[in-house]
Amino acid sequence: MKSELDAGKATALLDASIAGTLPDDRGRFGPFGGRYVPETLVPAFVRLEQGIAEHLHSDAFQEEFRSELRTWVGRPTALTFAPRLSERWGAEVWLKREDLAHTGAHKINNAIGQAILAKKLGAKRIIAETGAGQHGVASAAACARVGLPCRVYMGAVDIERQAPNVDRMLRLGAEVFPVESGDKTLRAAIDEALREWVTDPAGTYYLIGSAVGAHPYPYLVRELQSVIGQEARQQMLDLAGGLPDVAFACVGGGSNAIGLFYPLLGDRDIELIGVEAGGTGDGLGQNAATLATGTPGVLQGSYSIILQDKNGNVQETHSISAGLDYSGVGPEHAMLQAVGRVTYVSASDDEALDALEELCETEGILTALETAHAYASARRWAKENPGKRILIGNSGRGDKDMPTLTQYPARTNANASA
Amino acid sequence: MHPHEKIGAAIAAANDAGRTGLVPFITAGYPDPDTFIDTLRIVAAAGDVVELGVPFSDPMADGMTIQRSSFTAIENGVTLAWIFDQLAAAEDIGAPLVMMSYLNPLMAFGYDALAVRARETGICAFIVPDLPYEESADIRAALDNEGVGLIQLVTPATPDERLKLLAGASRGFLYAVTITGITGGDAGLPNDLAGYLDKVSSLSPLPVCAGFGIRKAEDVINVGKHAAGAIVGSALVEVLERGDDPEAFLRGLR
Ligand SMILES: Cc1ncc(COP(=O)(O)O)c(C=O)c1O
Repeated sequence: MKSELDAGKATALLDASIAGTLPDDRGRFGPFGGRYVPETLVPAFVRLEQGIAEHLHSDAFQEEFRSELRTWVGRPTALTFAPRLSERWGAEVWLKREDLAHTGAHKINNAIGQAILAKKLGAKRIIAETGAGQHGVASAAACARVGLPCRVYMGAVDIERQAPNVDRMLRLGAEVFPVESGDKTLRAAIDEALREWVTDPAGTYYLIGSAVGAHPYPYLVRELQSVIGQEARQQMLDLAGGLPDVAFACVGGGSNAIGLFYPLLGDRDIELIGVEAGGTGDGLGQNAATLATGTPGVLQGSYSIILQDKNGNVQETHSISAGLDYSGVGPEHAMLQAVGRVTYVSASDDEALDALEELCETEGILTALETAHAYASARRWAKENPGKRILIGNSGRGDKDMPTLTQYPARTNANASA
Repeated sequence: MHPHEKIGAAIAAANDAGRTGLVPFITAGYPDPDTFIDTLRIVAAAGDVVELGVPFSDPMADGMTIQRSSFTAIENGVTLAWIFDQLAAAEDIGAPLVMMSYLNPLMAFGYDALAVRARETGICAFIVPDLPYEESADIRAALDNEGVGLIQLVTPATPDERLKLLAGASRGFLYAVTITGITGGDAGLPNDLAGYLDKVSSLSPLPVCAGFGIRKAEDVINVGKHAAGAIVGSALVEVLERGDDPEAFLRGLR
């Protein structure tokens, strides 16, 4: 759903967004965002907000964060030209390779940043939620790195479909807590992490994994993930000789997408397209295309667009990719849709599988099922807009998806016969 | 008398009679939508004010017991509109009602319509566990128009300055959460409860009702020494879940 903002307001909001003044001091991106949390957590959120104000942009924090990104995460990640994919699509395709970051996805940028912050704020332990397991693995690794105990909440359904990541988390020293309530996926895991935080708001740091939740999380995660877009923008200028015509990123909660898009918002000629999970169809419960089909409401701490019924109950979702299987989306994306700066579309399970296979065959990159949605949509766009320069946020690698992928037989020797 | 004032009056009447105000909580339409009003009457006869829970898909401040009752009620078709319709069709329930709901179902209903429907059906105030004071201006104004209250919660983690703010803003009673945690815990009441409740009571112009972790007569007695009322939620929902007699359970608490 596109929420209605009048044209003057939309222009002013977009200008504010590009000028870097959002969220406002109430944690709002225009109408979206805010802080809807139980009273027990209010002091913890106030402390977090003060801690961010004190540390996030301090020289000491930035130095430590940048150093960890460089020497431990392996940044900057490569920008890769994709010649064979380009030829097939009739386009010029560039890939921002977050799959090459330590632990295999963009999630690590946020996890190590927040873990450093948690340490500075004196936290005794860290809790996190995970869908695909990528944020769980990143949190486990970051906690080991800074020396804090870590517990990861993960839905029972996701534990099954992302088994390799469960094992990785355990080996990295984290405790994995199976969530059996609710829909047993990401949304239930967030609910459960919040419940745990309520029991120890002073000693526990909640390391949220996407640009969702109550203020200041959407802001914090955006700031930590913006390194993706900052690097990509410079790399495009250096390697491609110019900025892209369009940039694509998949959207679950929206952290890799906001990280890629935020530094590009001011380049108004670049079309920005977020891709949600279209699942198996348009019906309620068949997809996780929140921005395309949802309505405004409050879920898990912020006012954004959510998938809900007319009574305000949040709807279950379906996606082949655990990391996109979520009924909400970050409030900044709701705003960027409302002001018309970013377009949000969806790709189906089948299209994502197809795109994943094509990228394997043409470029030798096994991308994550989440990321594959961005490719599927970019391919469609390229057919309609021939000859354009396309940037794709390759948010993560697909090794974790092998249990799912083995259910779909590979097209053997596709390369030889192509 | 405004609807929200009936709540304080009911608690005060219990206190005047030498009792701690008893505020039982049930999830509306649980365990069986067909017996909702009957169950409510039984509970209202034993309690001074009844707290009625609107089931929600993401009850993030609730433990397993209330989660289960909430999910069952949703499966059985219980919605906010249905609850209002049932209440509208029933004769006087016998006690002032307080509605507990997460914010999203209230937002989906629309605040102005909500306030009117609440007044019409005997809902005197709302408790919204995921709505901090700072985000409450819209719904507070709408409820205020109809004389319906918005009950604020305070917790052991609430700093004193904030406690004063919330005590001043609350309408109906002030909800003192006894523990740092979610509903339905079985860790028992904290040792320093008396000091905390005394402080809250001294700062509140309204009667203070304590809730979370109150399960048995002894708890009600302990809480009653330092607060005007005791809210009993998960323990009562467990009684309903087991199919036991809620009346006998609540009589045992008085
Ligand atoms: C590789 C990858 N991409 C994307 C996502 C979706 O999250 P977000 O929308 O926050 O980037 C995930 C989530 O687990 C992921 O693992």
